[in-house]
Amino acid sequence: MGAATETFYSVIRRQGITRRSFHKFCSLTATSLGLGPLAASRIANALETKPRVPVIWMHGLECTCCSESFIRSAHPLVKDAVLSMISLDYDDTIMAAAGHQAEAILEETRAKHKGQYILAVEGNPPLNEGGMFCIDGGKPFVEKLKMMAEDAMAIIAWGACASWGCVQAAKPNPTQATPIDKVITNKPIIKVPGCPPIAEVMTGVVTFIITFGKLPELDRQGRPKMFYSQRIHDKCYRRPHFDAGQFVEEWDDEAARKGYCLYKMGCKGPTTYNACSTVRWNGGVSFPIQSGHGCIGCSEDGFWDKGSFYDRLTNIKQFGIEKNADQIGMVAAGAVGAAVAAHAAVTAVKRLATKREDADHNS
Amino acid sequence: MMDAVAPASDARPDLAAIAADASGERAVGRPSVYVYEAPVRICHWVNAFSIIVLMVTGYLIGTPLPTVAGEASDNFVMGYIRFAHFAAGQVLAVFFLTRILWAFVGNHHSRQIFYIPVHRKQFWNEVLHEIRWYAFLEREPKMHVGHNPLAQTAMVTGFTLFVAFMIVTGFALYSEGQGIDSWQHKLFGWVFAIWPNSQDVHTWHHLGMWALVVFVMVHIYAAIREDIMSRQSIISSMISGERQFRD
Repeated sequence: MGAATETFYSVIRRQGITRRSFHKFCSLTATSLGLGPLAASRIANALETKPRVPVIWMHGLECTCCSESFIRSAHPLVKDAVLSMISLDYDDTIMAAAGHQAEAILEETRAKHKGQYILAVEGNPPLNEGGMFCIDGGKPFVEKLKMMAEDAMAIIAWGACASWGCVQAAKPNPTQATPIDKVITNKPIIKVPGCPPIAEVMTGVVTFIITFGKLPELDRQGRPKMFYSQRIHDKCYRRPHFDAGQFVEEWDDEAARKGYCLYKMGCKGPTTYNACSTVRWNGGVSFPIQSGHGCIGCSEDGFWDKGSFYDRLTNIKQFGIEKNADQIGMVAAGAVGAAVAAHAAVTAVKRLATKREDADHNS
Repeated sequence: MMDAVAPASDARPDLAAIAADASGERAVGRPSVYVYEAPVRICHWVNAFSIIVLMVTGYLIGTPLPTVAGEASDNFVMGYIRFAHFAAGQVLAVFFLTRILWAFVGNHHSRQIFYIPVHRKQFWNEVLHEIRWYAFLEREPKMHVGHNPLAQTAMVTGFTLFVAFMIVTGFALYSEGQGIDSWQHKLFGWVFAIWPNSQDVHTWHHLGMWALVVFVMVHIYAAIREDIMSRQSIISSMISGERQFRD
């Protein structure tokens, strides 16, 4: 770690592949892609000279579930992502170095790869009390974040913490935990939300950047379009039951056993943008809805402050007592209905009285 | 607008002149004014019908009917409800847009529901008078050719703004299913810049529906009441286009 810049070639050689095999691979790649005779040497040249992208992985206020997810990536295997694709120069949770040695790597990377490295941030900085709620290496995390962001090429905001704030930012947010894009405003930020994000989505984002040398296309909210442009609901295998009008009404009813739609149980699939229903979890084994529980919307902004995970209609707290839009609406409509009826009654009485008065007057 | 036609208060002597004698006998020829042009009336009834369909189906989307039995492939209950909602929503959007365009070419009554003349003192005096009338503090109502000032205020805030809000949030929610490359998302995706979590947009869309329920209740009540109490046609005016004064 932190030594002379490593190229892809040196990594390939380190893994026991001979130079002969390396050139065979380059020729084969050029041929299979239908490229001209010169392409093989150009591919070889690129792999020999292109440095692996250095990545600095930092941890703010978080629970490390993003790292836990990341290390379980199956396609590509996380070992390939970490050992072959990127040069993970710093990750205080899983690196061997510690203390001053570890912190020295930050300065070194910053100086040597100015504007070249990717800053991957897991968690977010709390800003209250000068950032004292998260001390990392003897100083507030927010200072470390700002320092490393200054010379980064781009920032990856891992998870709901870095992207939106997550549970530590739940009302009233005593530590003033703040998402990365509210603190760093002058660098491109890729949000990869989820609590945690899907492992393959995380390695997929990294792989894309390494392979194409550019950032993936982002949506309006700064999430990679390739993983976050559709809702869980749009690709859910239980969607036919939704369209048919077949819902689980109770957790232990017949419909639950039959695997009907969890819409009425408060599934947030219809409002959640993520790849769970396509990529799934644990190497494609399952995802929450497949396991019989509704989506809690963990990749959405503010999911922690939107009331119960088991309500279809969101509770609105501004009215003092927790009511959903329908309950509030019905009370309002009822009150107006009563007012209309009362007004009509008074009108009728008045009218009768006026008529009698007029009749008396005329007679 | 009161300044274009004779102001309500000025209209009364004219009406009195053609009205019958003091004993209360009715005039033979009732005075009537052409107020609502055909496109305004068509838009009114199409929108009214669409809004009713939207309210019923919208409520059933938020609170679906009990589970239907059988195979998923044999049923399409939620699908039909959602189809009706989306279809009615787009009909409403088209006719609301038509209604806006008609405000540019129609008579001055067609513009009434799109603005409030906040700068005119006379207008606010008339609003006050109408409020006093509804509070049973005025004995005689004033007559208006178009909407009375209070009704105009209610139409702009209670109908035009709310329906516009519902159309915008509705299309934004619809764009979620159509995908981020759809024209709906390109036109209305900015709603998610205000509320990044579409769960909030759903909640606001829901509250907007209830606001319109309240509007419809007041609107229908006021129309029936004024028809009787103000001795001028209100309900039949939206069918014939003519406002008759029964004095």
